[in-house]
Amino acid sequence: MAETLDYTPKTRLSQVSSNEYIVEKDLETEYMTLNMGPQHPATHGVLRVELVTDGEVVMKATPYMGYLHRCFEKHAEALDYQQVIPYTDRMDYLSAMNTEHAYVMAVEKLLNIEVPRRVEFMRVIVAELQRIASHQVAIATYGLDIGAFTPFLHIMRDREHILTLLEWLCGARMLYNYIWVGGVSHNFPPKFKQRVAEFVKYYKPKVDEMMALLTENELFIERTRGIGILPADVAINYGCSGPMLRGSGVKWDLRKNDPYSIYPELEFNVVVPDGKLSIIGDSLSRHLVRCYEIYESLKIIQQCIDKMPEDPNFDPHAAVPKRIKPPAGEVYARGENPRGEVGFYVIADGKGTKPFRCKARAACFVNLSVLPELAKGNLISDVVAILGSIDIVLGEVDR
Amino acid sequence: MKPFALLTPDALAATATPVQAQNSWVKALESIEVFGIPVGVFAIPAIPLVFIALYALYVGVYGERKISAFIQDRIGPNETGKWGLLQTIADILKLIQKEDIVPAAADKPLFVLGPLIIFVGAFAAYAVLPFSSEFIGADLNVGVFYAVSIVSVEAVGILMCGWGSNNKWSLFGAVRSVAQVVSYEIPASIAILVGVMMAGSLSMQKIVMSQSGELGILHYAVFQSPVAWIAMIIYFIAALAECNRAPFDIPEAESELVSGYFTEYGGMKFAMIFLAEYASMFMTSVILSVLFLGGWNSPLPNIGGLALNDWTSGPVWGAFWIILKGFFFVIVMMWVRWTFPRFRVDQLMYLCWKVLTPIALLVFVFAAFWELYVR
Repeated sequence: MAETLDYTPKTRLSQVSSNEYIVEKDLETEYMTLNMGPQHPATHGVLRVELVTDGEVVMKATPYMGYLHRCFEKHAEALDYQQVIPYTDRMDYLSAMNTEHAYVMAVEKLLNIEVPRRVEFMRVIVAELQRIASHQVAIATYGLDIGAFTPFLHIMRDREHILTLLEWLCGARMLYNYIWVGGVSHNFPPKFKQRVAEFVKYYKPKVDEMMALLTENELFIERTRGIGILPADVAINYGCSGPMLRGSGVKWDLRKNDPYSIYPELEFNVVVPDGKLSIIGDSLSRHLVRCYEIYESLKIIQQCIDKMPEDPNFDPHAAVPKRIKPPAGEVYARGENPRGEVGFYVIADGKGTKPFRCKARAACFVNLSVLPELAKGNLISDVVAILGSIDIVLGEVDR
Repeated sequence: MKPFALLTPDALAATATPVQAQNSWVKALESIEVFGIPVGVFAIPAIPLVFIALYALYVGVYGERKISAFIQDRIGPNETGKWGLLQTIADILKLIQKEDIVPAAADKPLFVLGPLIIFVGAFAAYAVLPFSSEFIGADLNVGVFYAVSIVSVEAVGILMCGWGSNNKWSLFGAVRSVAQVVSYEIPASIAILVGVMMAGSLSMQKIVMSQSGELGILHYAVFQSPVAWIAMIIYFIAALAECNRAPFDIPEAESELVSGYFTEYGGMKFAMIFLAEYASMFMTSVILSVLFLGGWNSPLPNIGGLALNDWTSGPVWGAFWIILKGFFFVIVMMWVRWTFPRFRVDQLMYLCWKVLTPIALLVFVFAAFWELYVR
């Protein structure tokens, strides 16, 4: 950073990007080490970022994690296959359904179970509802990081509807244990589909309102545009996935590129920024990807409601195995979580009802590893903006 | 016919309130003595103090909570008392009960004195606020100048808080805050000068009187010159920055600097800082209304036999109007706070030095020519 950057006169505020601070060559300044976290409000949990700053300019950012480590993988080795599901809920607690789905797919692959078609629709509906809820939290807390408090509460008001729906479905609001190996825990209650359809109808205009209040706000754009640009090749090299990767302009979505469940039958777009409002790869792009993915998820839910087969005597437990004792083998199954690719690598030794090894590939953990690259040369305020746009859930980072 | 022919200085002079009737309440208070002790002199500063306390309690705590709740589609406090009206009392009780903690590594004198200086800075400006034609703490002939300069003392207090806390985040907050407050005084002062130039006086009461007349709102400075409204908006923006209110709440940026310079404060010391924030909000609102919106003058005009202006003028009505105008801008500040995200620290400086200051200077020059050749 200690070099003079090219200076071209800027006429608009938005053209001045944060890393254009001219640090004079021959002036020695003292660096300051600043601990951001583990109780800092902008780290979204118990992450500690050690910042080395020159005034307000960050020279180096090193994330330290592990404050929320709960030995998920070791626990999984001591539990039956079904009993691991509640633990997967607690990894990414904002998108529990999606994580469950990925884990259950791994076990089903191991057992070679065919899941009833209606169950697949049910899983996709809850997973997409969960994706909306998760993106809502991501967008809301991002606004909070930038200093906009009101969108946060507006979004939380709408998220409440999703949580109420899911609570009605399985009794839990965040950690569901809903998707089981070979089925789901409960059938949809009567009128659940209508209520979901009502929610889709209700929520579309609310997304527009949220976009008008937060995303189209000039101040918000000034704060996020051109901040923390992640080029596509760097994103791929670091193994980023989800909105992080799509924000860099890479059209990669496991629902399309490695389709699972009934996603191939559904019509939806993979959202990538077009570079009109944002600079491709910056924090605003990642935010925009999340915003537009909500529309896509609403589309998917609508299609699922229309296509879902009706069966009055449907038993969601029909294909659920009583005792899981898979043959020896290993399997990797992955799903597109709101935060990126979540995969479970399960090894069965063929001897018992417990997995020999259960390795989770967490999207947030991988995405977070780019932080030092992005934070360098930005202001402290921008580190907050970048960290918010990565959208980490510490439960998943630390597992 | 000349534009604004009705509003020429001659027309104003004819309708202005006679000077000898000014400040009679203050004079009456000053003369009160009990056993040779001038009790009245102490009562004069006590009145704004009590006002600040009541206002910060009910507009600051309760009003802000209810307004933010309305904006955010919530209910707000509704459990403590009828409509949550006792919420402010509960908050104050909580703050009073808190242990008075001074961090072990803090610089104690600075840490303790900081909030006091911040509050004194904000409160001292109330001395020159004309609450009514008959009540002003001190009718200084350099009232506006005094108000601008005494508020700058707050920056010292903020720096003391930030440095004394011995916390890196607080220090960042304090440094940001001082940089911000000092820079925003420049556009604010230039905008104030526009108003002062139009009134031709630095005395608060004279500025207000120059805007009175039987056409009410049409005599206000903001309508007297085609650029006065720009100066008013510049002053309002700069006032937001000076009060450290969102979107300029960078020094206390909750999500970046935890709480900025008052991270380490709790209990009554925190209450002092809180009170100072609300006091300076109202203070800047009143200065804005005095300079551009006629201060304690009634906005209603006399229409033929319907002498609305005469009926709504007078010392008590004056107090009503100025407090109403002050509260209006306080509420606008809250509205702005709950709508916008926060600036980044360099964008804030950009806005001040490259946008507001040049525009303010241009407005100043234009207003000067307008005063000389047109009005």
